[in-house]
Amino acid sequence: MELFTISMLNGLSYGLLLFMLSSGLTLIFSMMGVLNFAHASFYMLGAYVAYSIARLVGFWPGLVLAPLVVGVLGALFERTCLRKVHKFGHVPELLTTFGLSYVILELVQLIWGRTAVEFRPPPSLQGPAFTLVNSSVDGLQVLWGAAPDAMCRATDAAVRVVCSPFPATRGFMMVVALAMLVSLWLLLTRTRVGLVIQSALTHPEMVEALGHNVPRVFMLVFGAGAALAGLAGVIGGSTFVTEPAMAATVGSVIFVVVVVGGMGSLAGAFVASLLIGVIQTFAVAIDYSVLDLARLVGWQPGAQAASHSLLRLTVSQVAPILPYLFLVLILIFRPKGLLGTREG
Amino acid sequence: MNIGSISASRRGFTLGLMGAALAAGSAGAWAQAKPLAGQTVKMMWIDPLSGLMGPVGTNQLKSLQFFAEKFSATNPAGVKFEVIGMDNKLSPTESLNHLKAAIDQGIRYVLQGNGSSVAIPLIDAINKHNERNPGKEIIFLNTAAVDPDLTNSKCSYWHFRFDADTSMKVEAMTTFIKGQADIKKVFLLNQNYSHGQQVARYAKDALKRKRPDIEIVGEDLHPLAQVRDFAPYIAKIKASGADSVITGNWGSDLSLLVKAATEGGFNGKFYTYYAGVTGTPTALGNNGAGRVYQVSYNHYNMGGQMDTWMKEFQAKYSDDFYTGSIIRIFETLGAAMAKAKSTDPVKVAPALEGLKLTSTFGGEVEMRKADHQLQQTLYISVWQKADAKYPYSPEKTGMTLAPVAEFAPYVSSTPTSCQMVRPS
Repeated sequence: MELFTISMLNGLSYGLLLFMLSSGLTLIFSMMGVLNFAHASFYMLGAYVAYSIARLVGFWPGLVLAPLVVGVLGALFERTCLRKVHKFGHVPELLTTFGLSYVILELVQLIWGRTAVEFRPPPSLQGPAFTLVNSSVDGLQVLWGAAPDAMCRATDAAVRVVCSPFPATRGFMMVVALAMLVSLWLLLTRTRVGLVIQSALTHPEMVEALGHNVPRVFMLVFGAGAALAGLAGVIGGSTFVTEPAMAATVGSVIFVVVVVGGMGSLAGAFVASLLIGVIQTFAVAIDYSVLDLARLVGWQPGAQAASHSLLRLTVSQVAPILPYLFLVLILIFRPKGLLGTREG
Repeated sequence: MNIGSISASRRGFTLGLMGAALAAGSAGAWAQAKPLAGQTVKMMWIDPLSGLMGPVGTNQLKSLQFFAEKFSATNPAGVKFEVIGMDNKLSPTESLNHLKAAIDQGIRYVLQGNGSSVAIPLIDAINKHNERNPGKEIIFLNTAAVDPDLTNSKCSYWHFRFDADTSMKVEAMTTFIKGQADIKKVFLLNQNYSHGQQVARYAKDALKRKRPDIEIVGEDLHPLAQVRDFAPYIAKIKASGADSVITGNWGSDLSLLVKAATEGGFNGKFYTYYAGVTGTPTALGNNGAGRVYQVSYNHYNMGGQMDTWMKEFQAKYSDDFYTGSIIRIFETLGAAMAKAKSTDPVKVAPALEGLKLTSTFGGEVEMRKADHQLQQTLYISVWQKADAKYPYSPEKTGMTLAPVAEFAPYVSSTPTSCQMVRPS
């Protein structure tokens, strides 16, 4: 039970980080039709900028300023590069962002070096948010903060006590992601700005005729998307590790989230990221292989089959590639994604 | 007859000259002590300078160049070492291209170590080249590729390994574990490729032999450098009831694992291979103090000459020196060349075989003749706060690796199945 609870929490918090990452990508795609290959690079940039700011003035200003800096850089990129290639169609746009991802990677390595930097969460976020205390006698208890040592040690040999602290950084990650979801949704559906943004994609001439500056709207949207990636970077970088490879490792999985959720659907991205986070986390705990499944249904494999490496592969070993399997299945059976409206 | 007498008289003349030089005093003695004075030994280093393992490779290339300079001044053969670095991007194909370039440039010594996945194709290619091009043989000096196959089923006369292989490290690690009565349940977590799989396999065998009471409560393999979030693995390790984890993980896979363990409330110990390698000390930080052990042929507090060098290296590059095998390569190579009175691999290889010497650090080492595996002392060290006794702090973390156990070469020496084919 306690393994289930803590795995669920781990899965949800990882899923919410994925959502933070993919929401900006989704926003940019749904509004501008641009698939931004450099999105994960903005995530990395957010982490590094926040690291530099945090060293000067502390973590909290970094949390606010770094996304702004990244947002401004994103807007500048849109203004100076993306807008120029926009008239040539989607492929040049895609290639431009692809090129940008390499430029950012090299720049980051030039400025901050090739090794990991020490980006720590602030003292208030270090340590556990709450602790699950599971005792074979008293059952499951939840305590805020760290549990006292005495509670985690069994007085009797027959009693098994397990304390599972839940890191505050992860709790914070969940809160920020949810706040981001709510404010994005409110912005897009309940404000005038949102209305303009939404209509600028489908009817740009009409919006322009009404006196709105469409290119500027696009620039702001791109900047906002980059800022969201930057915010995710601050949190992801301080929770996990800030290093030049961090963009590459999340880059592929956020595209999975966006495609599985349905291209351009914010709600879809939310559902898909939670789903992927939870599936991946629980898969790690499953030690069964195809072979075990075969035995379960009563089929006794021969010696050759029993030693086949593919059949012996357990679910936990393939956990990190499950999202990609999921991607393939979605593309086969529901090409528009879980909540997507666009065909193909 | 005639020619013979000329050459004989020339030899006499040379001997006479040498005698005169000897009589002249110290300068002559020096000339005789350093038979190859003035010759340059070009070496090509083929390892990653970019990508995931880039930071490690960059550090090692600096280390090589630093010690090439040091040993050019002091080696008994009197040769000058020159190292050319080539970025192989951790790819076997790129490495073979660089090998070809080395052959074209007449370089006879090749160095590599990051990844047995590269070392194996490289030695295969060198074997073929040496067979087909007598007189142009190349020697492969292996700095860190620890796949035991390289000195067993795939052993080669032209390959020499200066790191301790996985089986040796597991041997030392489990000998240490044997004395730790509080270890009862072990979890094996490793990267899913040859190195990780071998750590798991040898650890299981050795534990069964030395501590049959220890229960292996779980075993997991995860993809190399793909996992960001180790919390699910920690939850699983905790649920298994393990008190210790044995892992061959390196780089971010090790640091993230320990970080997740600290946050997830796992209080067990980690027995690792690469806690001191670029990036990991920073990522470990204060996490895992007293709980992360490393098995290696050196550590950050060897003292003596090593200490002086490490400080000098740190001052020069503001980086830490940790690939001690580099020192041993220059030590043994210098000694072998002096013994062979030649820099030709054909003569140096037999001189390297069975070579014994007292190393600058870690006592006596021997390049075992049977499989070309260096026999050396192994150390277990633990991650803890740097103090007056163990002051060297990698990456200025305020932490250090303090030695807790030392095993003489015979303890971790493992048998070999190598059937070496020596050129006749």
